[in-house]
Amino acid sequence: MAIDKAPGKPSKTPLNKLEAQALSPDPEGSREETGLVPVQSLQDTTAPGDGSASVDQDRLGDVDEWGRSEHMRAIMRQLMDPFYNHWFRVEWEGLEKIPREGGALLVANHAGAIPPDAPIIIHGIEKELGRPVYGLADYWFRTIPFVNVMWSRMGGVTAHPDNALRIMRDNRQLALVFPEGTKATSKTFSDRYRLRRFGRGGFVEIAMRAGAPIIPLAVVGAEEAMPILFRVPGIASMLNLPYFPITGNMLAFGPVLGPLGWFLYFPSKIKIKVLDPIHYDVEPGQERYSRSFVMEEAEQVRTMIQDALYDMLRDRKSAFLG
Amino acid sequence: MAQALEQDPDFDVILGMGTKEPRVALERAEFVRSDQAYSILSRIVRATHVDTIIHTFVITNTSEASYRTLHETNVIGTMNLLAAAGQRGSMVRQVVVKSSSTVYGATENDPVWFREETPRSKSVRSRLERSLIDVEQLVKDFAEDNPATVVSMVRCANVLGSEIVTPLSSNLARKFAPVIDGFDPLVQFVHESDVVECLLHLTRKRIPGLYNLAGDGKIPWSEVLGICGTKAMHLPAYGTMNIASLLVHLGLIHFTPEMEPLLRYGRGIDTTRIKRTGFEPRYTTAGTVRNFIKAMRLARNMGKEPPSYTFEQDIEQFFRHSPAVVRS
Repeated sequence: MAIDKAPGKPSKTPLNKLEAQALSPDPEGSREETGLVPVQSLQDTTAPGDGSASVDQDRLGDVDEWGRSEHMRAIMRQLMDPFYNHWFRVEWEGLEKIPREGGALLVANHAGAIPPDAPIIIHGIEKELGRPVYGLADYWFRTIPFVNVMWSRMGGVTAHPDNALRIMRDNRQLALVFPEGTKATSKTFSDRYRLRRFGRGGFVEIAMRAGAPIIPLAVVGAEEAMPILFRVPGIASMLNLPYFPITGNMLAFGPVLGPLGWFLYFPSKIKIKVLDPIHYDVEPGQERYSRSFVMEEAEQVRTMIQDALYDMLRDRKSAFLG
Repeated sequence: MAQALEQDPDFDVILGMGTKEPRVALERAEFVRSDQAYSILSRIVRATHVDTIIHTFVITNTSEASYRTLHETNVIGTMNLLAAAGQRGSMVRQVVVKSSSTVYGATENDPVWFREETPRSKSVRSRLERSLIDVEQLVKDFAEDNPATVVSMVRCANVLGSEIVTPLSSNLARKFAPVIDGFDPLVQFVHESDVVECLLHLTRKRIPGLYNLAGDGKIPWSEVLGICGTKAMHLPAYGTMNIASLLVHLGLIHFTPEMEPLLRYGRGIDTTRIKRTGFEPRYTTAGTVRNFIKAMRLARNMGKEPPSYTFEQDIEQFFRHSPAVVRS
């Protein structure tokens, strides 16, 4: 690079050429510079600033550069644990396929009007493996007062390609993504377990660029936790929401619990199956990859999860007992 | 800045220019007072054969400048400066420009970290941002037209320090600082001494290019207030600007149109590139805030006493030019 020229020797690189020059991929170097120490064990880090992201003496809290707070996660884990164990009775299969260290992209199917799958996957991996998970989600979350702060402290990050790349490659952490997006959560109960289009395959491209494996997760049970009977587009556009559902929960719990019942899930049994990790045999760090290859691979991941769902549903006797 | 330059014996002659008299004592730097648009610059460049220009006069504090002043100083001033540097027979071989991370904007679509080549997420809304983008475009054009000149530009995160006054610093130094209810963005700061050091670093080593500069780390705005011991002045999440301008009129807070998106979504800039040139900021973001508030407390506890030496032009002129002064 031109920047290491000796003093007094003017370089001839004009500014915009230098700007256009992408930084050469150097995971070793940039990892040091992000200053983020990977969290070794979550169980020990209950006090703020204790062994977590920052070693800065001037800090007061433990919110890391992504907005995630291990302290607040620990509180959340305590609150969520009863629901995880006794309400949804979450069961994992193939948890050993998730690496103990290094970046990886978890790809899962998405369901439920207010999808319970994201917090459950994050909670489960933190509990079982002691690794933090950063959930990639729509920009929309950042615009809602209070929700955006909570979401961010819980490990939510906007699904910007740069963010995903940095989490996996530079910080060597786990990222969780739902490529279907709101297309999946807004679908009605009659369409349950039918996977939607997997975006434009951007998640595959990011995994290739980061040199990280994709770990597909098949989630069964979230569809029944908060099923959508029908949608009311008028209210959605009025409230500036992506969709406004009338859920089974509203009808069942609403008359008894009032609006609180809208947010109460049905106690469906949730099972999560970790599928075989996919490693891509391509050069990491490239700006773009062949579109047809990316789309093909994305479709491959979708098929894998869809097939796993069919298998799991064939074996399931009851939505509530498993 | 000039004081720091004076420390370095490699610089023979130091010329300062500004619209106001300097507030600090300058030992060997000379000062020229100019108009808003720095129109006199081309004559000075011709007359003095200056070889390096450090351009730091870009205004980023819109609470103190009208939009006309903003445009005159930032865009027209930079235009005049670069025209002077690029004129026929100019000896200028290096131009260092201080810009601001405000050019990236602050929106919900932003990545957590902006790299130098990351484009803005949304189109420009504020006049300050537009003016800074114009300035940067002028500098880029200049770099392209003058390949023999070393051109470097630094985009600084929000600057804090005892000398500099910014809309954010004047809020933090007071009892109340604005907080948009339901938002707690991650923000980044850089210490004023690190800005000066960085500009000097690029000048001394003649390093061209575009660089982000910020203290390490990003911290929530609530934590900034916590470190400063400043209380929150709550602004509603909807109709924020209306309530804010009311409070500004009452003199309770400082608020600029650029602060609104910043206090909602925050901003982070990636400093990998400047670190690769061998520059390491002394203060982290949290350290900058703590250092700033300590300096503010010192000033508050000691009262607004005048600095030990007040700069007076006549006396300075006497020491510099009078034959009665013995110069060794």
